[in-house]
Amino acid sequence: MRSMTITEKILAKHCGKKEVAPGELINAKVDIALGNDITAPIAIREFRRIGATKVFNKKKVVLVPDHFTPNKDIKSAEQCKILRDFAIEQKLTHYYEGGEVGVEHALLPEKGIVVPGDVVIGADSHTCTYGALGAFSTGVGSTDLAAAMITGELWFKVPQSMKFVFKGRLNKWVSGKDMILRVIGDIGVDGALYRAMEFAGSAIKKLSMDSRMSMCNMAIEAGAKSGIIEPDDVTMAYAAKRAERPFKFYASDDDAVYAGVSEYDCSILEPQVACPHLPENTKNVGEVKNVSIDQVVIGSCTNGRLEDLEVAARILKGKKVHRYVRLIVIPATPLIYAEAMKRGWFDIFLKAGAVISPPTCGPCLGGHMGILAAGERALATTNRNFVGRMGDPRSEVYLANPAVAAATAVKGKIAHPDEVV
Amino acid sequence: MKLRGKVWKFGADIDTDRIIPARYLNTSDPKELATHCMEDEDPSFASKVRPGDVIVADKNFGCGSSREHAPIALKAAGVACVIARSFARIFYRNAFNMGLPILESAEAVDTAENGDVIEADMDTGEIRNVTKGLGFKARPVPPFMQELVKAGGLLESIKKRGAVV
Ligand code: SF4
Repeated sequence: MRSMTITEKILAKHCGKKEVAPGELINAKVDIALGNDITAPIAIREFRRIGATKVFNKKKVVLVPDHFTPNKDIKSAEQCKILRDFAIEQKLTHYYEGGEVGVEHALLPEKGIVVPGDVVIGADSHTCTYGALGAFSTGVGSTDLAAAMITGELWFKVPQSMKFVFKGRLNKWVSGKDMILRVIGDIGVDGALYRAMEFAGSAIKKLSMDSRMSMCNMAIEAGAKSGIIEPDDVTMAYAAKRAERPFKFYASDDDAVYAGVSEYDCSILEPQVACPHLPENTKNVGEVKNVSIDQVVIGSCTNGRLEDLEVAARILKGKKVHRYVRLIVIPATPLIYAEAMKRGWFDIFLKAGAVISPPTCGPCLGGHMGILAAGERALATTNRNFVGRMGDPRSEVYLANPAVAAATAVKGKIAHPDEVV
Repeated sequence: MKLRGKVWKFGADIDTDRIIPARYLNTSDPKELATHCMEDEDPSFASKVRPGDVIVADKNFGCGSSREHAPIALKAAGVACVIARSFARIFYRNAFNMGLPILESAEAVDTAENGDVIEADMDTGEIRNVTKGLGFKARPVPPFMQELVKAGGLLESIKKRGAVV
């Protein structure tokens, strides 16, 4: 039998074959199919248009209206109502709104809806996040979602894999966000086009689940189909107490074939900042110091988890946000929100002068809750800094980790955390 | 299927936020989306593009979000076809799934200028720049995907398989 990567093994299992090879077109069973308030309305429209009446499995179709919620305006309310009506009609197990909704890619792993070894598709490009659990997960369009909702299957081209091996100890204030930004800076926004990015090495083994999710989340920013990390003890500790289904660990064969292998020494990695208007425009934070900032956003499916809020709280403790900076903190899920409050971080944020938003995508995609005017500049822990991503097309977004974001909020210009603490 | 139209040329890494900014995603109405198509890249595009026009763009066209609103907006704006050096993965998938013709050809991209008239034969992958008198062959589309297009898109093909309940 040919040697396979973890991605190839998961795909082979889900299409009922002993082995698959890159380039092969397969029809694979889907464990979870996800849609949100932007993409699901089109999928539901298509679902009805071709005469479908029932989803393949009411436990496996997940709808999360998180982008424009709490409903921003009448139009978004109408989009969300399409999801709500469909969820009620189909009796979907996993539909979340109101005080139960969170940013989808933080919510699904937290609730144990996605588990190691799964094939997950989502009509949202950052569906690749769940690779952190050792699942094959990938973003697709609304038509794909409709097809998966009906049949429980979808066509895939088996991707080639690229391996990124991280060694050495991470410096203070450096996290998974910096590791992935560095990779994107090196290979570019299409550097992994059509491929699976596999993150490995001793530094990955030591990485928290939150940081692993930040990394896999941004695989799409290098054009990748998916990002994945071999499950280990950290995965087991995370999944064991959450998984709602039995799960399986897959691992790459030692002699599996990769389209490329690159190595990174974490000990020389500094906090990274991606400058406008592409995530590949990465620099060491020291090279972009003194860029003045009007707004800082800490949140999103990339960095709105506990670890992210914790480091922000550590830096902001006893500090004041710069007089002319708006700091918006968005815990990604209700559980993270409650936990952050319990641990006293809300006091720190509020005393510092931050706004605390309910869980939502909000400003990450220029939706609501923190839109930029022409000429304004934001630093955000989100994943995209495209033209107009957070508001007016003449505004700018810089991407960084939450520590840099918190320090920047205090200084009013892009800053290294050491300058503040 | 043969197409003929005027070229709108764009650069590399045209992301989905430029094809249709996220601030307009609170609707999925094709006509409304079309009025904001390419707005942040070229504000005059939506009012000037004519049915049948062709977008020619450099590498990684459609990178970013999975929103099908992007190919929907292009189609509804009248764009008949996109020719690019390469496409972002989800955009590529979406275009086939919903029937927006796309072709990959580095040569066609390198030689095309705004306003050139281009002909494309979607069956053979032949592209002709009529203005410049040049001919090219696009990268072949896998047979499986040609079948998808022939069936009328992914959902129609599922329906034909009898998998709809
Ligand atoms: S937080 Fe941002 S990137 Fe993540 S799903 Fe929401 S809009 Fe998309």
